[in-house]
Amino acid sequence: MINFDFDVIERSWVYLFQTGMAFTLKLALYSMVGGIILGTILAMMRLSSNALVSRIAGTYVDGIRSIPLVLVIFWFYFLVPYLGAWAIGSKEPIEVGAFTSSLITFIMFEAAYYCEIMRAGIQSVARGQVWAGYALGMDYFQTMRHIVLPQAFRNMLPVLLTQTIVLFQDVSLVYVLSITDFVGAASKIAQRDGRLIEMYVFVAVVYFILCFSLSLLVKRLQKNIAIIR
Amino acid sequence: MNYNWNWRIFWEASPDAVGTYMDTLLSGLVWTLMTALSAWVMALVLGAVVGTIRTLPRRAPVAFANTYIELFRNIPLLVQMFLWYFVLPELLPEAAGNWLKSLPNASFITAVISLGFFASARVAVQISAGINSLPRGQKMAGQALGLTLPQTYRFVLLPMAFRLVIPPLTSEFLNVIKNSAVALTIGLMELTAQTRSMQEFSFHVFEAFTAATIIYLGVNVAVVNLMRFIERSVAVPGFIASGKAK
Repeated sequence: MINFDFDVIERSWVYLFQTGMAFTLKLALYSMVGGIILGTILAMMRLSSNALVSRIAGTYVDGIRSIPLVLVIFWFYFLVPYLGAWAIGSKEPIEVGAFTSSLITFIMFEAAYYCEIMRAGIQSVARGQVWAGYALGMDYFQTMRHIVLPQAFRNMLPVLLTQTIVLFQDVSLVYVLSITDFVGAASKIAQRDGRLIEMYVFVAVVYFILCFSLSLLVKRLQKNIAIIR
Repeated sequence: MNYNWNWRIFWEASPDAVGTYMDTLLSGLVWTLMTALSAWVMALVLGAVVGTIRTLPRRAPVAFANTYIELFRNIPLLVQMFLWYFVLPELLPEAAGNWLKSLPNASFITAVISLGFFASARVAVQISAGINSLPRGQKMAGQALGLTLPQTYRFVLLPMAFRLVIPPLTSEFLNVIKNSAVALTIGLMELTAQTRSMQEFSFHVFEAFTAATIIYLGVNVAVVNLMRFIERSVAVPGFIASGKAK
């Protein structure tokens, strides 16, 4: 058994958290917010009575859900500069920072998963409530905004949060773009100091503590917000 | 958009000396499927055992199963792969570690092991949910007939549970196929990695990625149909959950 060198962790933990974990958390939080918003829109499209609209959303969601996140990360990494150039009418592909590029990737990718959750949430609201909304003279968006979505969110909150834990773990894959997220930062130190064991074990322990405590919180929340029907 | 499309690129020779770029991608597909299938077998076996343990009427085994599941679920797959690939050989005695590192397909073996354990935790959750979804009376009936606990599991609970969990297991298998792409970080030349290498050699980014996407979609459709067929042929008569009518 080799000697475990705690010193390298002591020397580098400020960097690991300030640079690496800050990036990971920021990306995860922004992607969660963006993903839930886009996912809800996609879910509403998927449930639309307009066949074309529902088809577009369905194809997008099913397509994204059947290819690996790593491939999606590469797709957007190369695609976003071209799309940006197209959007602003520039001839050359524009330069996009690592954070923006991965943020767009994760919002587009996780939206497909949040969409399926929100779809189940919207479908869990009783039909009669929608009719009641219409009967009161509300239009589609008012019914959604004031009646259906608040309940859908509440019903699905634990599942949305569980998906967010998955998202938080998925963010580690930006490593493939050599971005300094938490894993990326640790792997830089590991290679510089030749301390792979300490660094990777430390990363695993930190992830485990964070994700495990989050999942315990979600479990408790699930008990507290359950609606008695 | 000024990007030079050239869809004939797939039939041009690639510099890695195996043939055309299409051959490069197909060899990637073979590695992806081999990795996913081996990992899936491992995940099914381990997951079935741990999932069953999780439903036993004893505290200690249940705690063991729960620890196992939480451990593999709460660490990102990428980090788990690094642990198996970089850390494990160093922790073993030196001779064993060197042997491990010098194996010809070290990254393939590591990818299978880490994917297998990662997926087994998810399979275990599904299996134990399947067992718990059976009416309580089934277990009681088994015990009342004088079956021992292992016999009750073997002849009553597990045959039912396994067939009930086929739909969720299908999506877990699809996850294993997708997650095998993470193995490119430890040097496995599976589909996504080969796509990357094609992109780097040929500079045709979008053709390469489009081809990979289509291949992944095709694999997905094939697996979904295969599993639907299996599901139909082993469906338990009279159970709504077996998928026919909803």
